[in-house]
Amino acid sequence: MSDHNGTWWIWKVFWILLVITGVEVALGIVKPEFMLTQVIGTSILNILFIVLTLVKAAYIVQIFMHVKFEKKGLKYALYLPTLILIPYLTFILLTEGSYLFQ
Amino acid sequence: MASSAEMTQEENNWGGGSRPLGSRYGKLMMWFFLLSDALTFSGFLTAYGLMRFKFESTWPIAENVFTHFPGLEGDQPLLYVALMTFILIMSSVTMVLAVNAGEKMNRKAVTNWMLWTIVGGFIFVGSQAWEWYHFIIGDSGAVETARQEILHIYNEEGERLSFSQVIHGMEEGHASNHGEMFTKAEVLSAMKSNEGMYLMEPGKAGEAFTHERSVALLEAGDVVQGANMIHNEYGQKQFANFFFFITGFHGFHVFSGVVINFIIFYNVLLGTYERRGHYRMVEKVGLYWHFVDLVWVFVFTFFYLV
Repeated sequence: MSDHNGTWWIWKVFWILLVITGVEVALGIVKPEFMLTQVIGTSILNILFIVLTLVKAAYIVQIFMHVKFEKKGLKYALYLPTLILIPYLTFILLTEGSYLFQ
Repeated sequence: MASSAEMTQEENNWGGGSRPLGSRYGKLMMWFFLLSDALTFSGFLTAYGLMRFKFESTWPIAENVFTHFPGLEGDQPLLYVALMTFILIMSSVTMVLAVNAGEKMNRKAVTNWMLWTIVGGFIFVGSQAWEWYHFIIGDSGAVETARQEILHIYNEEGERLSFSQVIHGMEEGHASNHGEMFTKAEVLSAMKSNEGMYLMEPGKAGEAFTHERSVALLEAGDVVQGANMIHNEYGQKQFANFFFFITGFHGFHVFSGVVINFIIFYNVLLGTYERRGHYRMVEKVGLYWHFVDLVWVFVFTFFYLV
């Protein structure tokens, strides 16, 4: 972290996280009509919520947990298992679980 | 970060002392633990999603369940959980500030920021306890049919009624039962005497029943107030089980995080890391604490927003 001066970069991420959460809560309360259109099995609003969540998660992992500044080897050691296994787990559970709906 | 060993010749790679990940043992082990924990939580949340799709017509809509805010009456969807999220993000920020101060060997600042992190963690656990309390004690009450399906009571205007409103009337009754308990006989006689009341499934696009059918369903069934592992008034009973399990497991992480933070804080006070010459322990618990925040970001989305 020697490449950082001061604490401004921490507060920058704080404001980003706060604003995204604020937007999520506002959308969750208002639920704008035009965002409730169904695409790929759910509403546009839900897809937006998931995208915003992933953005928040990326900021927490990259900056707060400092992964952005780690060596390439450690980045791969952390990102590859999560980015392969979690989508795979979701995919296999939802496809293999489809018999529940028959 | 310590500079990695400079390799100029290939044989040096076999001589030991090489650090390809540029990270120390303790931090790597913390990361591998967090990786496995991330998979555990993703398993829980995926299972939640699967069950929710399966029981869509009876799955409660979160904003109809978590509507309380301390000191405010009526429906306040999402407000309280937004506050909890803010508290956790804030305590994550104070944790980064503590780690940052640790790298500059600034003991006073580490002490200060660690203390704020612990305070934030305590407030979050307390808020969760408050949320659980209101979830368990219940709100409007519901009818559970003989087939163990949860149905909610509505009037002819299509407004959801609490037991309090069903029995005491719209003027006298409260939108929440406020802990007042009602019997099946009371609810049944009130429903029989009011032709406009009917039952409806709690989920998105749930089915509504006629008045006669509703009375028959209640006669064969029972009334439920509040939530536990067997019954809950909000809808599909698995909703409560997932709620208790996932937020409980996360809350347990927060609690253990607070305990670990406290131990590290105590060592900072004793000057242990000052004597050791580095504050890497603060960095390691920092990783754990950020992970707790990270999981909450996902729980917040999949339990409360989606």
